[in-house]
Amino acid sequence: MQVTMIVNDAEVTREIEGRLLLVHFLRDVLGLTGTHWGCDTSNCGTCVVWLDGEPVKSCTVLAAMAGGHEVRTVEGLAKGAELDPIQEGFMQCHGLQCGFCTPGMMMTCRALLDKNPDPTDAEIREAISGQICRCTGYSTIVRSVRWASVHEAAAAQTEGAQA
Amino acid sequence: MTAVQEPRTSTFDDNDQKPVGFGRMLRKEDPRLLRGRGRFTDDVQLPGMLHLAILRSPFAHARVVSVDTSAAEAAPGIRAVVTGAKLAELGLAWMPTLSNDVQAVLATDKVRFQGQEVAFVVADDRYSARDALELIDVEYEVLDPVIDVRQALAPGAPLIRDDLDGKTDNHCFDWETGDADATAAVFARADVVVQQDIVYPRVHPAPMETCGAVADFDAVEGKLKLWSTTQAPHAHRTLYAIVAGLPEHKIQVIAPDIGGGFGNKVPIYPGYVCAIVGSIVTGKPVKWMEDRSENLISTGFARDYIMRGEIAATRDGKILAIRTNVLADHGAFNGTAAPVKYPAGFFGVFTGSYDLEAAYCSMTAVYTNKAPGGVAYACSFRITEAVYLVERIVDCLAAELEMDPAELRLKNFIQPDQFPYETKTGWVYDSGNYEPTMRQAMDIAGYAQLRAEQAEKRSRGELMGIGISFFTEAVGAGPRKNMDILGLGMADGCELRVHPTGKAVVRLSVKTQGQGHETTFAQIVAEEIGIPPADIEVVHGDTDQTPFGLGTYGSRSTPVSGAAAALVARKVRDKAQIIASAMLEVTVADLEWVKGSFQVKGDPGKSVTIQQIAMRAHGAGDLPEGIEGGLEAQICYNPSNLTYPHGAYICVVDIDPGTAQVKVRRFIAVDDCGTRINPMIIEGQVHGGLTDGVGMALMEMIAFDEDGNCLGASLMDYLIPTALEVPDWETGYTVTPSPHHPIGAKGVGESATVGSPPAIVNAVVDALKPYGVRHADMPLTPSRVWDAMRGRATPPI
Repeated sequence: MQVTMIVNDAEVTREIEGRLLLVHFLRDVLGLTGTHWGCDTSNCGTCVVWLDGEPVKSCTVLAAMAGGHEVRTVEGLAKGAELDPIQEGFMQCHGLQCGFCTPGMMMTCRALLDKNPDPTDAEIREAISGQICRCTGYSTIVRSVRWASVHEAAAAQTEGAQA
Repeated sequence: MTAVQEPRTSTFDDNDQKPVGFGRMLRKEDPRLLRGRGRFTDDVQLPGMLHLAILRSPFAHARVVSVDTSAAEAAPGIRAVVTGAKLAELGLAWMPTLSNDVQAVLATDKVRFQGQEVAFVVADDRYSARDALELIDVEYEVLDPVIDVRQALAPGAPLIRDDLDGKTDNHCFDWETGDADATAAVFARADVVVQQDIVYPRVHPAPMETCGAVADFDAVEGKLKLWSTTQAPHAHRTLYAIVAGLPEHKIQVIAPDIGGGFGNKVPIYPGYVCAIVGSIVTGKPVKWMEDRSENLISTGFARDYIMRGEIAATRDGKILAIRTNVLADHGAFNGTAAPVKYPAGFFGVFTGSYDLEAAYCSMTAVYTNKAPGGVAYACSFRITEAVYLVERIVDCLAAELEMDPAELRLKNFIQPDQFPYETKTGWVYDSGNYEPTMRQAMDIAGYAQLRAEQAEKRSRGELMGIGISFFTEAVGAGPRKNMDILGLGMADGCELRVHPTGKAVVRLSVKTQGQGHETTFAQIVAEEIGIPPADIEVVHGDTDQTPFGLGTYGSRSTPVSGAAAALVARKVRDKAQIIASAMLEVTVADLEWVKGSFQVKGDPGKSVTIQQIAMRAHGAGDLPEGIEGGLEAQICYNPSNLTYPHGAYICVVDIDPGTAQVKVRRFIAVDDCGTRINPMIIEGQVHGGLTDGVGMALMEMIAFDEDGNCLGASLMDYLIPTALEVPDWETGYTVTPSPHHPIGAKGVGESATVGSPPAIVNAVVDALKPYGVRHADMPLTPSRVWDAMRGRATPPI
């Protein structure tokens, strides 16, 4: 079957098997290997991408179901050379070690900040509770999100002052 | 030896101190990982690449009567179907394990655990390969399995390893350490003896990236290129040469980015060998990536020790001796990753951090119909089990003596003036200063206040527990005089090349799985030769580009390879000094090193930088007599001893008396890993290990039913902590440098995994004191805690 969707702002059309998972479509068909695959049961969250702005586990979505929708992956987070604040926060606060869960974590955390620009630590932990990180112990991920939150607020204030 | 209090509040402003050497520095590997530009094994795509899937046994113990592959071979998109019989024709049906046992690559005679490899399919794509597995028809004759480890040696127990000549039972090995008679004599005269049976259940490292490989055999060149999830690329290359008979110089093993290892990626798995065979028989590159269930049921587990601990002491709390007997479950094949002379790894450090008169351990290891392995899971070769045993039994003694567990530990520590300290099991602890570490943990925790709070809560019927553990680890294997893996000495090479413009490349034999080697090894070299870390490229994980060495596990990278990096940099600096003396027209003795440049003593105005020296070393004009051009060196470092980090951990739990749910409220970890290279990375290593500890203590277990079905075969059944199960970690540190390590550093990667489980279990048992509970076995799930509260605590296996 043929499927057409928007991936990171660009329209793509491909001929696929109906059973193809979105995670494999992104990785194997489009070569967007930043999205990872870590379990078969929707528990680990390394495969989280956005479907119309909402974080979803792409191992549990058929590529066909994404047809006509908009997908965003970790490759679509940075604006050119400039990292998204959430990416910068993860770097500044050591929110990653092996980096395998990181793309999924960042997609979820970015979505959190878009809805709730100043989350509490408990809200951050709740937001990432469907995902597993085996390296960091989560404290530094929480700090990374706070870093992004604080710096985005400061940037918004500066912009406001200039306007 | 100094004790330093770490500032506990971290601000956002000092995240990158841009040190030329040691200090907090952001990681060099992060930019690619943050952009989705990492390159993990499953990201490798080669032209014409095929996909491999493995058919696994549904039974724990069965004879393979026949395997019919005809339907699979006829399916669309199938390029090859290979069975054990076919591998046997090639002489590849069996392979050596890391413990001098053998393991089936594909079963030929019997399957010996659920999930064992039986056949593989190579197909055009992942899905077709999986489809074809369904078409392979295997006839099994099901045999009685050996699941209960205590029954493995019972008369009449089914024989698992009938492949071994003359084998008549399921005995794997016996091992002992210490002095049995001397220990018995001390126990006979002791005021107090406490005995406790303690089970450390089977758990799994479960890194987020599963294991896999891409094999590309070029028949014309006779060269095999293998991308694989390996923590030890050089050791793997040598073993492939031995197993497959391929010439070693025609094998290139590449460990690309690795999504966590924790010991899971130390062994060679049948899947890697299958991928190699698949590429040879199809003439195409072949990718194998296991799924999560395959990872959990077939790859290296950890622990699985049933221990009886005994401790002897005086009435006033002087610990005299520790004795233990262990029954070790090694699964169907002995795949333990440990130095050859240490079949029980470094379990011999079960004497802990205490000054004893005697100690003794006897161990029996057996085969069962469970997955093989016995790997690290961040345990530095069985030290996790050893520390759990000693720290649990010491708490049992404290309960018996009605002594505070902190006070009991403080009273028995090896004292600073006793180092180097030889334990009663023959380990020479290089250095330590335990009391300041312990005191700092108690200070951060507010220990006295916590005890007061606990007393008050107890009076109201609330369940609050405070658990302590204190550990000494032995990491950095190891001196080649007594440590090797399959005959390969446990040393590590390092090469450093300074380019003409003063930039450098350092090549390592070890391989990061998230520990940040690309950053910390640049910092080690920077500290020694004054070139900024940003100007130093760290190359690792490719056997064609790096010197030989045994890889990253058992917290050995910093103790062994880190020493090699420091020493190779000093060799370069020595050469630079000779060149500098010619440039400044003084003798070598007239120069002093001020990080980054050589200065004429007493005349700071006359100096040359390392960058200027590098250009001169490669440039025009004569060099001093006998000095070759270029500025580079290489080394192979053989450690003279292990390094012995230590730490004090305090855990505070609350238990809901209505649901028996354990909540870890606080966890304080004070670690001493000697000289600190990058505090940010050390903190990260500790946090991760503490989370592992919460998993093992409260959630994780690979259990089996009576037929040998694995009950932890997915992440729905094998529970790993999320952000909701763990607290915000509190850390501190002291610094007791290793006297024999060139920069005084000790390994830290596994400290927290080793130290945290006993602290958590001790806290839970402490909370349950009103119920008269002295011990309960991990994992302390609500149902197990509930049973303990009702006096029904039983071992989990």
